[in-house]
Amino acid sequence: MLEVRDLEVAFGPVAPLSGVSFSLEKGETLGIVGESGSGKSLTAMSVMGLLPLSGGRITAGSIMFDGQDLTNLPEPAYRKLRGGRLGLITQNPMTSLDPLQKIGPQVDAVARLHLGMNASEARARTVEILGTLRIPEPGTICNRYPHQMSGGMKQRIVIAMALAADPDVLVADEPTTALDVTVQAQIIRLLDDLVKERDLSLVLITHDMSVVAQTCDKVVVMYAGRAIEHGPVEAIFDAPQHPYTQALIGCIPKGLSDDEHLTGIPGTVPNVLNYPKGCPFHPRCTQAKEICATDVPAFVQHGNGQAACHFPGAPQ
Amino acid sequence: MSSMTGIAARWMAGYRGTPVSRAFGSWLGKIAGGFLVLLVLTAIFAPWITPFDYAAQDLTNGNAPPGWPHLLGTDQFGRDVLSRVIYGARTSLSVSATAIAISITAGMTLGAAAGYFGGFFERAVMTVVDLTWSFPDILIALIFVAIIGPGLTSTTFAIAIAYLAQFTRLTRAQIVRLKRETFIEATINLGAKPHHILLKHLLPNAIAPVIVVGMLAIGDGIVLEATLGFFGLGAQPPTPSWGAMMSSGTAQLFLSPWVIIFPGVVVAVTVIAVNLFGDELIRALDIRDRIRGS
Amino acid sequence: MLWRYIFFRVLMLIPVSFSISVVIFMIVHLLPGDPIDNLIRVGSSPDDRAALITKYGLDQPLAIQYLRWIGAMFQGDFGEAIVLRRPVADLIAQNLPYSLALGGLAFAFSSIVGIILGTISATTRSKIVEQFMRGFILLGSTVPGFWLALLMILFFAVQLQWFPVSGAGGWSALVLPVLTIGFGGVALVARVTRVALLDVKREDFVMLLHAKGLPSYKILFGHLMPHALLPVVTILALRIGWILGGAVTVEFVFGRPGLGSLLIRALGQRDYPVVQGCLLMLALAVMLGTLIGDVAQAAMDPRIREAKT
Repeated sequence: MLEVRDLEVAFGPVAPLSGVSFSLEKGETLGIVGESGSGKSLTAMSVMGLLPLSGGRITAGSIMFDGQDLTNLPEPAYRKLRGGRLGLITQNPMTSLDPLQKIGPQVDAVARLHLGMNASEARARTVEILGTLRIPEPGTICNRYPHQMSGGMKQRIVIAMALAADPDVLVADEPTTALDVTVQAQIIRLLDDLVKERDLSLVLITHDMSVVAQTCDKVVVMYAGRAIEHGPVEAIFDAPQHPYTQALIGCIPKGLSDDEHLTGIPGTVPNVLNYPKGCPFHPRCTQAKEICATDVPAFVQHGNGQAACHFPGAPQ
Repeated sequence: MSSMTGIAARWMAGYRGTPVSRAFGSWLGKIAGGFLVLLVLTAIFAPWITPFDYAAQDLTNGNAPPGWPHLLGTDQFGRDVLSRVIYGARTSLSVSATAIAISITAGMTLGAAAGYFGGFFERAVMTVVDLTWSFPDILIALIFVAIIGPGLTSTTFAIAIAYLAQFTRLTRAQIVRLKRETFIEATINLGAKPHHILLKHLLPNAIAPVIVVGMLAIGDGIVLEATLGFFGLGAQPPTPSWGAMMSSGTAQLFLSPWVIIFPGVVVAVTVIAVNLFGDELIRALDIRDRIRGS
Repeated sequence: MLWRYIFFRVLMLIPVSFSISVVIFMIVHLLPGDPIDNLIRVGSSPDDRAALITKYGLDQPLAIQYLRWIGAMFQGDFGEAIVLRRPVADLIAQNLPYSLALGGLAFAFSSIVGIILGTISATTRSKIVEQFMRGFILLGSTVPGFWLALLMILFFAVQLQWFPVSGAGGWSALVLPVLTIGFGGVALVARVTRVALLDVKREDFVMLLHAKGLPSYKILFGHLMPHALLPVVTILALRIGWILGGAVTVEFVFGRPGLGSLLIRALGQRDYPVVQGCLLMLALAVMLGTLIGDVAQAAMDPRIREAKT
């Protein structure tokens, strides 16, 4: 359905994203994880073809969607896909809706644009979708303004907009980061149900490994603008090969005993402007050897997964 | 994502050096800043560089067009326009700069007090400030001149009052914003005295935007001084000021347009230079959002 | 909801207009000398003086004087012009239409042209157009109005003789004054439109609009413009007062009748009843302008409608 290969993105002379590959089948959920600044959102923007908005462009690689390469798709054709077969759910529901317009017309716009519906048909569809998203009184909600609603409600509206034209692929960029913990779980469950009910393909971008473990079929771990490990969720969680993946999984609290300490990864994510040479993770890696500082590691196959590490599988 | 492009932009712009040297960095900044430095030097050394006495009349050579020896021509009394423009720089620059200095001092005091103490005091100050804010500066200046009469002193104060609201608002906005920042809260919680917090932490952090806006306001002040002078409410004869020159020139508009054109060109170029350099300063200090936020 | 907002907004005008009227009232009292000398012709008969003193209660406490003065104003009695020897109300009534014609046209001109130019400069990808717009905006917001007026006269009226040099006869006499006031206004409106549009473009919800697949023109006119117009409306509303106030210079230079030239002449002649009358009218215009601006904003933005009550 969707296959990204060796994607590279540049903003002027800065290249914050390189060598990102993954693929996604119908009905699958793919998780993209990493710390903030690792290039997760950029990947989402690349797939949606929205990079030019912020001044970036794709310099190498391909994004195959249903047999066509999106990287050289002309804008009018891309526009038909966006909101149509490709839906986007953004990070911050607080700022994702136009504050001057009522909810109704904002959601209606999608069906009118992509399904060629007239105003009343589109509204009927909006009400129906809001209903399936378990929004109470969808009819009255349509006449509300965004600022009159809670964050969780707004995120449901954003999801409704993404679903309005029955997309094949849904890209959710940290859909729960800005929400309360209790609401987070609801939204994640909602997305999970939608994938199952509608046979959707979902790209779920998150920094939460436990969310990935619960919902995803596949996972891509990103660090400093690169994919460093990818594969089926069970394989990655059972036997993480890259020290960074190991560390990320190690950070998930088990919640079993009282004397458990919360673990973190020492050091910080490198700045876009000075990515380290060699393996991007080597300054923070406990296993780093000389070669890690000089050569970029290639992907090594392990089971169904691949990890870009010179010494994959080394115990932490 | 936007923060990243911001970092990239800064990195590409070569983010080093003092703000002023960075403002001089671009070619626009160099031209504008260079012109302003030249203008100030001209005003200071006016007595040594003017070719003629600015007040010397020569009625036999009135309304002479630009040429030799009167490079910019003469006015209806035969006075040298160039010399008067140079001396006019003294009047216009000093009046505007003094006025803005007064305005900044008063505005910062009021704004800082309002922002720091809050409550009824803040509301009272801000009501008055918002009131004057909505009036055109020329109208405020005219009301003031109506009360204390025409002249350079009243022009100075009129300009100061016309822009008082701007600096009060700006300072208050800075202080209110800073008060919410963690390091100030920490200082307060550590038990620092109010005047210590205000003078040592709040004002130093609030001053950059105020200074830059003040610099831009000097440009506005020059226009306002020229306008009041043009109405005959500013500098009184024979004191040369750019506005007053143009005022006396209107009668001879068709005979000797140069009497009006040259002072006007200087006003326009000066104000444009002030704005351009101010813009460069804002960019160098990276405070655009803080200025707009008030 | 909107009506509620308007009600409270109008209520807020009461203290504002009170303070403004006090300031204007105090002008004659803050001037050096006896207020009566500022309100009456030199060499008036003692009877005239006595009549004026009783009318305004000049021998009574300031508060009473103010009440009498403002009471007279409400009845349309603005006092008697010292130099022109006519009721100030007549002078104002005579000059107001000229100010309104000039102000109205200048307002329309600067808002329409300003919004169009600002939108072009914010949406264009051509560097040349953008640089040209920046230059124009800079020129328009810095060049002194009266000087521009003089240049316009020199070029269009004297050199090309397209328009009359001065006066208020017919439509052609309006062209240069409107252009002069409009020039600064166009630049200001264009700048605010441009900045506001560029600001809104960066908002998150705009990205989501693109993600919905909306074409750019629909995003611009359906979503970006309403947001960008919020600050533009504020500026335009402020501009109503500014145009009447700013027309002071232009009316003066073009020798047009109007509130502005009336005020300047009165200031020069120290005709304080006229000064007070003109200032009161201009202040009224400014207040009405901000009121209209605020209400227009509230009509456009649901958040303001609910927050500010």
